[in-house]
Amino acid sequence: MVIARRAEQVLSWGRCHRFDHVRLIPGTIDEAREAVRGEGPVLPFGLGRSYGDSCLNDNAVLIDTQRLDHFVSFDEAKGEIVCEAGVSLDAILALLATKPQTDGYWFLPVVPGTKFVTVGGAIANDVHGKNHEVEGTFGRHVNWFDLARSDGQLLRCSPEENAELFAATIGGLGLTGLVTRASIRLMKVPSLMLEVEDIRIRNLDHYFEVAEESRSGWTHHAAWVDVLAEGKAAGRGIYTRSRFTTCENSKEAKSGGPRVPVEAPSWAISHPTIKLFNAVYGRKLFGEMRRTECTPYGPVFFPLDGVSDWNKMYGRGGFYQYQCVVPKDLARESTAALLPTIAEDRQGSFLTVLKEFGDITSPGMLSFPMPGTTLAVDFPNRGERTLELLDRLDAITLDAGGRVYAAKDGRASAEMLVQGFPKLETFRRYVDPAFSSTFWRRSAGTR
Amino acid sequence: MFGATSAIAEQVARLYAAKGARIFLAGRQRERLDTIAQDLQVRGASAVSTYGVDFDDVAAFGPMVEACGSPDRTLIAYGTLPDQQGAEGSADLTAKALLTNFTSPAVLLNLLADRLHSGAAVAVITSVAGERGRQSNYVYGAAKGGLSRFLEGLRHRLAPKGIRVIDVRPGFVDTPMTDGMDKKGPLWAKPERVARDIEKALERRDGPIHTPWFWWGIMAIITRVPARIFHKTKL
Ligand SMILES: Cc1cc2nc3c(=O)[nH]c(=O)nc-3n(C[C@H](O)[C@H](O)[C@H](O)COP(=O)(O)OP(=O)(O)OC[C@H]3O[C@@H](n4cnc5c(N)ncnc54)[C@H](O)[C@@H]3O)c2cc1C
Repeated sequence: MVIARRAEQVLSWGRCHRFDHVRLIPGTIDEAREAVRGEGPVLPFGLGRSYGDSCLNDNAVLIDTQRLDHFVSFDEAKGEIVCEAGVSLDAILALLATKPQTDGYWFLPVVPGTKFVTVGGAIANDVHGKNHEVEGTFGRHVNWFDLARSDGQLLRCSPEENAELFAATIGGLGLTGLVTRASIRLMKVPSLMLEVEDIRIRNLDHYFEVAEESRSGWTHHAAWVDVLAEGKAAGRGIYTRSRFTTCENSKEAKSGGPRVPVEAPSWAISHPTIKLFNAVYGRKLFGEMRRTECTPYGPVFFPLDGVSDWNKMYGRGGFYQYQCVVPKDLARESTAALLPTIAEDRQGSFLTVLKEFGDITSPGMLSFPMPGTTLAVDFPNRGERTLELLDRLDAITLDAGGRVYAAKDGRASAEMLVQGFPKLETFRRYVDPAFSSTFWRRSAGTR
Repeated sequence: MFGATSAIAEQVARLYAAKGARIFLAGRQRERLDTIAQDLQVRGASAVSTYGVDFDDVAAFGPMVEACGSPDRTLIAYGTLPDQQGAEGSADLTAKALLTNFTSPAVLLNLLADRLHSGAAVAVITSVAGERGRQSNYVYGAAKGGLSRFLEGLRHRLAPKGIRVIDVRPGFVDTPMTDGMDKKGPLWAKPERVARDIEKALERRDGPIHTPWFWWGIMAIITRVPARIFHKTKL
């Protein structure tokens, strides 16, 4: 067996961490099993949609799963799909769209904000969607997976079999071994269309009101927030809630949107352009207080996927995404502290999202979601100034007993991460000795 | 699909699976064929069969061609990228490169040609490397160039019967075959892209195609550079 290998610089999605790597690209599961026994330290790599350093392994080996992209089976009666770990959610959704059932369609119960992630990556970050309150995380819908370990074993893991390793691998940041194949439970939806309602939000209190009121009847929720609104208007934005439905008179789904060809010059993301964008986007409703329409799921769940390589908008320096969750009882207070900290500093960018997490627990030991409110904001990388602001946000999150999302992180302190992962010590027992990552060495290596 | 484990063939097969085709996969690696067959089945193929074969063993082609029946669409996608310098010093390597990349598909095509019906189409992956002999890979280039000429004749023979013969000339494609090369730059295409071009050609074209299309322009220039200038280059 000759496994493909390339020495190259790899960047993660935020484009501010760039390191030299050796990339191994196994073409079969046997080759993958051989690759994990390799030179060490190794780390699995999916589609690189993690923003920070958790999918990177500086000066060491990445095991790229792009060629492990085969379906194994699809049980249309049970709604169960088995595939290799490099299959993307995009490929699964495209397949499901071609398999109408008598009573609707099978669909992935949990999808993140982009469909260009692999099944392996979705498991390793235990990703969440806009319906966390209803379906929990991706890991809850995994029947089993096969895990290749550096001692040569290939272990079937499920809630019954190798249960601890199952729990450690879900949200386990690729550190417990390489997932080679997985079985995913699907959910039935009446059609591939969503009824979507946009509601204009006046401020943060109004956000919590609408979120509360939306719990009955709506399954998917997220609010876009005008990050520059201050004072009484802090938290102003648009709340979008939706649910699968059968409806006609739909907008046509467009395929292949625009592309950002090269890194944009730095003025493209500056205070005036951000202000302009927020002003324009904030008027999306054109004065209406709310609007309902019927839309294909794509633009609702994956709005950013319409623009290829949008991450290059931030220029050579790249950007950080800050995503934290603060627990329910302190959610209002802490969010009210986070927003003005961001607004005053005038660094925040186009994308600011507020979302509620429910209390469905995940099987994963290091899973990010906890009951409460999650905030995600993009910040162009302006060096020290940006890092210093993020530290201030950390302090508020830490105070509230919250945590930051490893998939988005590239800079938080070890302390932050230790607090965020109460099961960290148990987790350590399941880390494969040949596996590591830049994130892991940076954060959990020190106690 | 002959050479069904090749990255390009696999992507073409996926396009046909989505249309509910019945697919015959021939290749050397049994386990990979099984993985691919399962995948195609899930993607919608109405039936998939596999056939283990070593394409250097042309004597074994009879039963294989028998097994595949009379296909509506055929893709021949196997090939190797021989080490040019190695081949220059080795009779074995040269002979083997020519066998795999020219003799074998030529033998297969002649066997297959008799079984095809009107309306069928055959695509064969050759290469832009076959369009001009270059010091850096003329053994491979000669095999592929010879194959292109063979296809030209076969096309002439089959055209009156309503059978189309497509000579697919890809440029740089990011597949396991080219893993040894540096894949940076705008000339590199993904196998998915090349597969879409091949599927389109299989459904409506005849003759040679370049994929991605811009290689047509590049090769038009490269084949016209006068020898006295060409010989000064390292191409
Ligand atoms: C536009 C955008 C929107 C997003 N929205 C959301 C969201 O709403 N919710 C959310 O939760 N996340 C979201 N994310 C983050 C994204 O879902 C996760 O980072 C996801 O894990 C990326 O998957 P990937 O295949 O790109 O994996 P990578 O980023 O390449 O890797 C992620 C982790 O998975 C591990 N891994 C990959 N493959 C395997 C394998 N086969 N076996 C074991 N470990 C493996 C890696 O080692 C790494 O630790 C978003 C990202 C983007 C770019």
